[in-house]
Amino acid sequence: MSLVSVRNLTRIFDVSKPWLNRVIERRPRALLTAVSDVSFEIEERTVYALVGESGSGKSTIGKMLVGLLAPSDGVVDIRGVDLSRETDAEKVDAVRADIQMIFQDPFASLNPRWRVRDIIVEPVAARGGETAGLAERLLEQVGLSARDAGKFPHEFSGGQRQRICIARALASEPKLIVCDEPTSALDVSVQAQVLNLMSDLKDEFGLTYLFISHDLTVVQHMADRIGVLYLGRLVEEAAPSELFENPKHPYTQMLLAAAPKLDGFGREVAPPTGEIPDPINPPPGCAYNPRCPLAQAVCREERPVLRNVGGARVACHMVD
Amino acid sequence: MTDTAPIDPYAALQDKEPPKAPRSQWKDVWDQFKHHKGALFGGGFLIFITLAVLVGPWVWQVDPQKLDIRNKDLRPIYTAIWDSTAAVRWGNPLGTDNLGRDILANLIAGGRASMAVGWAAMVLALLIGTAVGVVSGYFKKADFWLMRFTDLVLSLPILPLLLVAVTLFRQPLRANFGPEGGMFILIVGVIGLTSWMQTARIVRGDILALKEREFILAARSIGTTSGSIILRHLLPNVISPIMVSATLGLATAIITESALSFLGVGFPSDFPTWGKLLADSVQRMEQYPERVILPGLLISLTVLGVNYLGDGLRDALDPRIRGR
Repeated sequence: MSLVSVRNLTRIFDVSKPWLNRVIERRPRALLTAVSDVSFEIEERTVYALVGESGSGKSTIGKMLVGLLAPSDGVVDIRGVDLSRETDAEKVDAVRADIQMIFQDPFASLNPRWRVRDIIVEPVAARGGETAGLAERLLEQVGLSARDAGKFPHEFSGGQRQRICIARALASEPKLIVCDEPTSALDVSVQAQVLNLMSDLKDEFGLTYLFISHDLTVVQHMADRIGVLYLGRLVEEAAPSELFENPKHPYTQMLLAAAPKLDGFGREVAPPTGEIPDPINPPPGCAYNPRCPLAQAVCREERPVLRNVGGARVACHMVD
Repeated sequence: MTDTAPIDPYAALQDKEPPKAPRSQWKDVWDQFKHHKGALFGGGFLIFITLAVLVGPWVWQVDPQKLDIRNKDLRPIYTAIWDSTAAVRWGNPLGTDNLGRDILANLIAGGRASMAVGWAAMVLALLIGTAVGVVSGYFKKADFWLMRFTDLVLSLPILPLLLVAVTLFRQPLRANFGPEGGMFILIVGVIGLTSWMQTARIVRGDILALKEREFILAARSIGTTSGSIILRHLLPNVISPIMVSATLGLATAIITESALSFLGVGFPSDFPTWGKLLADSVQRMEQYPERVILPGLLISLTVLGVNYLGDGLRDALDPRIRGR
């Protein structure tokens, strides 16, 4: 059985103006569908990557997985426990200890008033666990020095801080780590170091990653399975080799064509046309139909469901 | 035979333990604090004044209420330097007032009242302000009503309100706690209840910005409760603005108490405070300027000292500024 099972996950945000403004300006309630009917499974000890443009709902899915946001509809099942609906506090706590999160901004994700030692052991200390020597051991495991434990976060560079974040995530010996764009705030050379560290730790501790990113090259090397999100909907899911060799959904094809390539100087590529639609008023049918070169009448009327096509799952009417 | 230990190349590359023991956080705070000259001066002066008003009555054993009509209107001892005809006496180094009460003893006794009112009112205002600020910053549902209430209190004119409160509650409090105790509670209460709004607004603003930071999300994701997020993560990070408003609050409380005494609605007439000493001497300010200058100087220096102290504490408590 897979470690994480996400079924028909939906999250709707109420972004309406205050009641009085709505009455005076005669506006309806505005509901933003950030994540719409997303289903996927993550096997144990694999890396599942979610890619998509800004605003495609990647981070919202990550937050729902760790229980920071409650789903509006659908189920997030982690080892058989649904965090948002489970009422047994002990079970919820046990699952929470098994999930950790690494955030995008290493400058905002460490409490500036705490010493690194206290930051790292916090997930264990909050549950009353034994913390002697833990911070020092973890710091060495992520490639920092044990004596850094007594310093404050502002004494470190961005890459070092992200290592501290990783050490914190490892402290409670989790099974699943949700990485919300862990390298996008770092420069390229440091990105490689942090990614290598993350894959080493994965093998060492038997971790499972949900890797959220917009960087296709990063994802290509890290992931075992990639899900492509568009406007909160999963449009394609495949193994990296399959996805990069033979993208099936027209949106994935556009993404890959738009990605910069080293040998691509002077190549003629049509720039992507159109904008990501307004998630408050998504287009009827397939969300991609206004930009899609293959769009037919059926795409504007009927929302495609994810179908198995070869080794991949694709949500498109035009693919067989 | 002595054997020299061979250098282990692997051990040489290992991290050594730092030669010094890890420093405690409070030592860091003190190191930074002592670099701030103004704060050292302010803190020193505040300690001096506090000790002086606490221990003073045992050192200078003159009853501030004792009338000595033969030695009334004495000038301070230093007036003799330029005016050999001035009436001075070693028994009253800072002179006496128009009823012959010793001014030094009165300043000490008045300082006790002023400092007690200042500290108590500041702590009260700080507690209310921080509580309101944290609750309305952290809990979205409480925010609107608490902030409208803050605006409401902020829009009340303070001095007339104080006068009304004093007239209304003076008698019942007096009956229950005695004339001085009742007045103390009343003055601390009204000053505290009317000066928490700035703190609340500042704290709320900081909490709003902080609670969206990712380290708070990280704490929430491991299941930390709201209470311990506030106590362990948020409050230590808003300590700087709280410190600053605390020092401003202490200064404002001392000044407001002086203003109330000056207007004659403060403590009973035989109970000296700095503000009342000032008020009593205003009519004959030209003949006896020292009776206005001395309490005024004490008020100003105390307020200044507290402000500098707060400035230095704010810098010292912030690990990001430390070490500059």
